[in-house]
Amino acid sequence: MPTFEPVLLANVGKPDSHTLKVYEAAGGYQTLRRVLQEMAPKEVVDRIRASQLRGRGGAGFPTGLKWSFLPKDDPGPIYLCANADESEPGTFCNRVQMEHDPHQILEGIILACYATGASAAYIYLRYEYPLAYERLQQAVEECYRAGYLGRNILGSDMSLDIYIHRGAGAYICGEETGLIESIEGHRAWPRTKPPFPAVKGLFQRPTVVNNVETLACVKHILERGIEWFQSIGTPPDPSDPRDPGSFGPKVFSISGHVNRPGCVELPLGVPVRELIEQHAGGVWKGRKVKAVVPGGLSTGVLSAHELDTPLDFSGPCKAGCLGLGTGGVIVLDETYSMVDFLHNSCRFFAHESCGQCTPCREGTAWAYRIMQRIKAGRGRLVDLDLLEEIGNSIGIIPGSTICGLADGAAWPIKTTLAKFRDELEDYIRRTNPLGCRNPAPVEALPEWREHQSITGRKLLGAEATI
Amino acid sequence: MMEKVLTEGICKQIEACYPKYPTREAVILPALHLIQEAIGHVPPKAVEELAHLLGVPPARVQDTLSFYGFFAQDEPVGRTRIWVCRSLSCGARGGEELLEYLCQRLGVQPGQTTPDGRITLEVAECIGACDYAPAILAGRVLWKNMTKEKIDQMLETLP
Repeated sequence: MPTFEPVLLANVGKPDSHTLKVYEAAGGYQTLRRVLQEMAPKEVVDRIRASQLRGRGGAGFPTGLKWSFLPKDDPGPIYLCANADESEPGTFCNRVQMEHDPHQILEGIILACYATGASAAYIYLRYEYPLAYERLQQAVEECYRAGYLGRNILGSDMSLDIYIHRGAGAYICGEETGLIESIEGHRAWPRTKPPFPAVKGLFQRPTVVNNVETLACVKHILERGIEWFQSIGTPPDPSDPRDPGSFGPKVFSISGHVNRPGCVELPLGVPVRELIEQHAGGVWKGRKVKAVVPGGLSTGVLSAHELDTPLDFSGPCKAGCLGLGTGGVIVLDETYSMVDFLHNSCRFFAHESCGQCTPCREGTAWAYRIMQRIKAGRGRLVDLDLLEEIGNSIGIIPGSTICGLADGAAWPIKTTLAKFRDELEDYIRRTNPLGCRNPAPVEALPEWREHQSITGRKLLGAEATI
Repeated sequence: MMEKVLTEGICKQIEACYPKYPTREAVILPALHLIQEAIGHVPPKAVEELAHLLGVPPARVQDTLSFYGFFAQDEPVGRTRIWVCRSLSCGARGGEELLEYLCQRLGVQPGQTTPDGRITLEVAECIGACDYAPAILAGRVLWKNMTKEKIDQMLETLP
């Protein structure tokens, strides 16, 4: 097998890698120049479609197919939204790319706008990335000065403006229609689909929403060709006619209990074990793995027996998880309690549910309250059944919500119960020996105040004084 | 006549956003950021004035404002807002203990401001700095691989 050459992170680590000068010195914007001269927009769409590029933001939808849903001969305007709202716990690969190589993303955006006919692009950037904001803003200004943005780009017929729109601390804005609502100035409540954004999106116009890493891949596919792209990653499973495969490089973010947390670019399909041992310096403090989140918190957990799972679009599914997600791998060591894991996860989704759909708003909030009570030593064994019921009934898959946030909340619950139920039961028996078999409903803790749940100890202490 | 909350300077900055969007409603979010940045919160009077400036109903602005946890309404935030990440990667490496330590050091709970108006303590869900867990965002500065000692250092540097 030929050695793998990173492209998405190739400039990271060079001095001033975020500047136009350094980007151009490494061949930057040559692809844009060539494509504008040599290719028609439709050819670009066809090439991306043929490459089988799948979205890097979480859902893995084929990018070229998404573009091809735009209405033909639309009078315009068409919009492109670059999703840089990266808020999935354990994910920071977009941040690293935007901070260190913003021009790569901009070149991808300009190429995608050429292909789709978009005349304006909005980069939806989460507020918590001040350095990425500064660098993207500088990069956009450099592009206008150099003639890569604005009217008649590089002497062609193409005109494009790129605007950076900053979020305000809401995870739901990463959902593509929540993102659109947020740019329009509304609360980020996801829309019911259809109509899909390609038909009726931002400002009621045809819109494409792509993750920023996906857009960077567009640039590399146009530069290096389909053959190069498909020589990397996992080919389609011949036994599954609907599997488009998992081609290309992916930036994985690795964090948690490892010696060297960070970003690494590897072919899709890299096994979890290899990622931890060869690219993250192994588990810290000489400990063993207990559980691994394969692709951002929403995807659930793998157990220590599932470390040979390949990180491609279908690998984590086969191990009972939601999917590849964002490629945000979180390693948990053998000393970490899965009660703490599930408490943390349920708190996150309860906090981030946008409140639009009742099953999600109530389901995530009650799952968190149940986990608070379990963690505080007042859990009952039947609480686990209750959690399972919530996990199985909220989300797009059971058909009870508009967007996938609730699915993301459900998967950590479902996978923890499937793989670590014994540990949860032990904890409940140990911390609540007298009440663990109580089948009758028990009140939630007196007040649902987030700051009282900082540690279970504190809650127990508060209880003891009543 | 009562004095305006939105100064001429803030209004100019808001108007500068108009060409970026085809609707005035879309200016609400960037405008809220500009107001929050300039005066530390978005009081009801600012909501009314912004609505007037953009030609939208005040309820439209309030609806958007109240959705995003970022904007303070009743009281201005402190000179520095400290966001302590408690999501999984940071939480599993001691983020929650650091939050507790900051509560003790500052004598406030998350969401509160120190009586001298210096610091507002906030909990954050994943700030995308898991490679530096546990991480804290203080204003625009990301503090990496935090410990109690580094929190002490950080507090000394803040205005």
